[in-house]
Amino acid sequence: MPPTTTSTRTRGAPQRLGDRVFSGASTGAGVLILVILAGVAAFLVAEAWPALWADSSEIPGGDGIILYIWPVLFGTLLSAFFALVIATPLAVAIALFITHYAPRRIASLLGYLIDLLAAVPSIIFGLWGAFELAPMTVEPTRWLEDNLGFIPLFDGPASPTGRTMLVATIVLAVMILPIATAVIREAFLQTPRLHEEASLALGATRWEMIRMAVLPFGRSSIIGGLMLGLGRALGETMAVAIVLSASRDVVSFNLISSENPSTIAANIALSFPEASGLDVNTLIASGLVLFAVTLLVNMGARAVINRRRDFSGAN
Amino acid sequence: MAKRIEVKGLDIYYDKFLAVQGVSMTIEPRSVTALIGPSGCGKSTFLRTLNRMHELVPKARVEGKVLMDNQDLYGANVDPVGVRRHIGMVFQRPNPFPTMSIYDNVAAGLKLNNKRMKRKDLDDLVERSLRSANLWEEVKDRLNRPGSGLSGGQQQRLCIARAIAVAPDVLLMDEPCSALDPISTQAIEDLITELKEQYTIVIVTHNMQQAQRISDTTGFFNLQAIGEPGGLVELDTTTKIFTNPANSDTERYVSGRFG
Amino acid sequence: MSTPTTSLDKGDRNDKGRAREEAAALLADMPLTHGSLPRRAAPLTLLAFVLAGIAAWQTGLLGAAFAGILTAVGYTAVIYLWARRVEGPRGAFDRLVTAVVSSAFALALLPLISVITTVVSNGAARFDADFFNNSMLGVVDEGGGAHHALMGTLIITGIAALMSVPVGLMTAIYLIEYGRGRLARWITFFVDVMTGIPSIVAGLFVYALFELFYGPGIRMGFMGSVALSVLMIPVVIRSAEEMLKLVPNELREASYALAVPKWRTILKVVLPTALAGIATGVTLAIARVIGETAPLLITVGITRGDNFDPFNERMATLSVFSYNQYAYAPGHARDLFYERAWSAALTLILIVMTLNLLARLIAKLFAPKTRA
Repeated sequence: MPPTTTSTRTRGAPQRLGDRVFSGASTGAGVLILVILAGVAAFLVAEAWPALWADSSEIPGGDGIILYIWPVLFGTLLSAFFALVIATPLAVAIALFITHYAPRRIASLLGYLIDLLAAVPSIIFGLWGAFELAPMTVEPTRWLEDNLGFIPLFDGPASPTGRTMLVATIVLAVMILPIATAVIREAFLQTPRLHEEASLALGATRWEMIRMAVLPFGRSSIIGGLMLGLGRALGETMAVAIVLSASRDVVSFNLISSENPSTIAANIALSFPEASGLDVNTLIASGLVLFAVTLLVNMGARAVINRRRDFSGAN
Repeated sequence: MAKRIEVKGLDIYYDKFLAVQGVSMTIEPRSVTALIGPSGCGKSTFLRTLNRMHELVPKARVEGKVLMDNQDLYGANVDPVGVRRHIGMVFQRPNPFPTMSIYDNVAAGLKLNNKRMKRKDLDDLVERSLRSANLWEEVKDRLNRPGSGLSGGQQQRLCIARAIAVAPDVLLMDEPCSALDPISTQAIEDLITELKEQYTIVIVTHNMQQAQRISDTTGFFNLQAIGEPGGLVELDTTTKIFTNPANSDTERYVSGRFG
Repeated sequence: MSTPTTSLDKGDRNDKGRAREEAAALLADMPLTHGSLPRRAAPLTLLAFVLAGIAAWQTGLLGAAFAGILTAVGYTAVIYLWARRVEGPRGAFDRLVTAVVSSAFALALLPLISVITTVVSNGAARFDADFFNNSMLGVVDEGGGAHHALMGTLIITGIAALMSVPVGLMTAIYLIEYGRGRLARWITFFVDVMTGIPSIVAGLFVYALFELFYGPGIRMGFMGSVALSVLMIPVVIRSAEEMLKLVPNELREASYALAVPKWRTILKVVLPTALAGIATGVTLAIARVIGETAPLLITVGITRGDNFDPFNERMATLSVFSYNQYAYAPGHARDLFYERAWSAALTLILIVMTLNLLARLIAKLFAPKTRA
């Protein structure tokens, strides 16, 4: 809750016209936020509705709405999950570096450099992934196929262009690093000095101090920050659309081949400009699924982060 | 075992700012040495140089010598982590680790120093540390509850148990009772009197009655003038300091005329 | 208290003394002095490995990426093993973590550096006057530019900002100055949730909304503005909220004490105090949405020529232009199209970075006023 103002108005006192107009306008703006969010849900449902009840054969692919959405939902979850796997250790390590290892004078500058990553538009990450990163991965993925091919993730055959799920997940990981790092960094900075000193006074090394005082204190923020990152990764559109060479109806854990499942967001971006009729409704239905998934993830993340805020406030 | 600390010509800096100047004193083992003085005179800063916590502040440094049984704590090859392992510290506000249980709080230092300790030995040490801190009877039924659930006084005794669990040679206390009520303060003071049988104890306190009650030796710190560095004015037996101090400032301070 | 000091019997005391000695015996003794690596050991080892890495890269022995990885891994391993011999396992592990954490940070900077150098070097080819003075009207392969797209981006983002700033600011005022109870809590929570709406979903929402009025296939610049607003509003609210919180309560009370009504207090005292901070937040919010592609792709589309009327038909925007040049590059003139895509990307990144710097500058220049 905002800690600032105390209401000076007593109940029943007459209000000035200006006050009434102003408070009404600002309340209206607040309510508008809820209306917009409800509107997003309502209009998506309304537009998705025809696709939900349409005959299976009318849906692109001809197998019905569920079988249409399932492969792209799978691709969405797969790419976001592995992006999270890559980003998690990095985000924690970067936050630690900025808060506890880097010289204090340049710490905020380093934080700003990481924040700059968030400022790069996703279209640019897409072009970079397709032109720079993808070719770099061709050799390593071939090696992975040859030597670690027994793991289903590296089953191959390795893509000759490098425009694989692996590259998509790396690009996504880079894109979600800033938001995850920012939340975790904030929590690490708030670790009470008292607890850090308590462990140092016991004769802990810097790492032992971090393990005893900093990480436990930041645990829920780490989870919250990563879930926010997950939300971003699930909804990221252009980078995946450009980088990934996707085929319809692929459901596979193979990260390095040229046959990849698309993601919901990328599929919409690629198909929507040329879609018409029921195809549009189908795409909107898939967007509704994406909206629901990201909404759940984000609400969970916020709940986790807010709970920590209450906890530290109570201390 | 309890060790003697000798401080020789110690200057303490924050970057270029000289905070404390020219402290020389001997701290006897198995005794309580109290440091008193007005706010901002450098008592706590001085205390934190004894276990090398001072240098955690960026650019903070010291000049001079701190000898523990003739070994220079600031000598080459001395590891600050090792120093802190041998010189325990209790802070102004009780600071048990909030995410750890009472048991884990006490065991925290032990686990650092010996990872492969047998469960039974660990249980034993935790119990003995809590007994030594006069806390065992109060918490023995809830060792797995968080330490933050205890009262302030209990938390502070938990912190003392945590500090003595690793069997340090010296125990530093930075105003350990300033956040506590009189009854909890009494419990801590009793505990300090017991602990001095085995430890060298240095305590910073604002409470002159407390210094009189528990300490054997008292050192009076003061600023030379506004804007000048602080320093040790007088060090003597507690009785002498409070009845017949040599320095007139000390006399004015202990009689409550300033500070 | 278990036993008061005075009644403590001798046996108990001896017991406590013994406990201390046994504890000391059980603990691995950690002497005050023990071997430690020379002060310059770590930086010099690192330097050696970095030089070796650069040498291996320059001589063509290894690719840049591999050389970098080998440098980091090699340094970490050597410093760990060395420290383990000299300092023991705890000190060594501490050094290991330090090396790993620092490498992770360096690793995260690589994409940033790579992205920027790639965009600059690829975008420079067509970053010329022609590019900014021409549209794609009548262009088959060579020439052409993004004049129409640049204007479209500015118009659409401008309208989005005009809609988002009042709504966002008023909501922030509501939350800080008026909001009490459940409604305010819900709004706070959903503003947080709204920051996580995928941009493509915002685009779909706007399309669904406008389709109701205009029928299927509708595209216009204003739809893009609305979609960007949905993304921008929560950012504006959050930053304005933070800034309003910083305004000290004493200022408000001083104003009330002069019998100034609340709304005038907000307008004349609170807002001016927080103005610089809010301007910074708005600038950053614009920077965040100006590079958006997905929602514009499905609500605004693309044109080849000028259309600066946001309420009528499709418009071009830089981001969609860049994507379009990339995605629809014909085989015979592929590189010409790619060059334009990169130049548009370079323009975009320059705009975003300028806005970011501008935001910093505003914050810095006017900082003292926000912290009264």
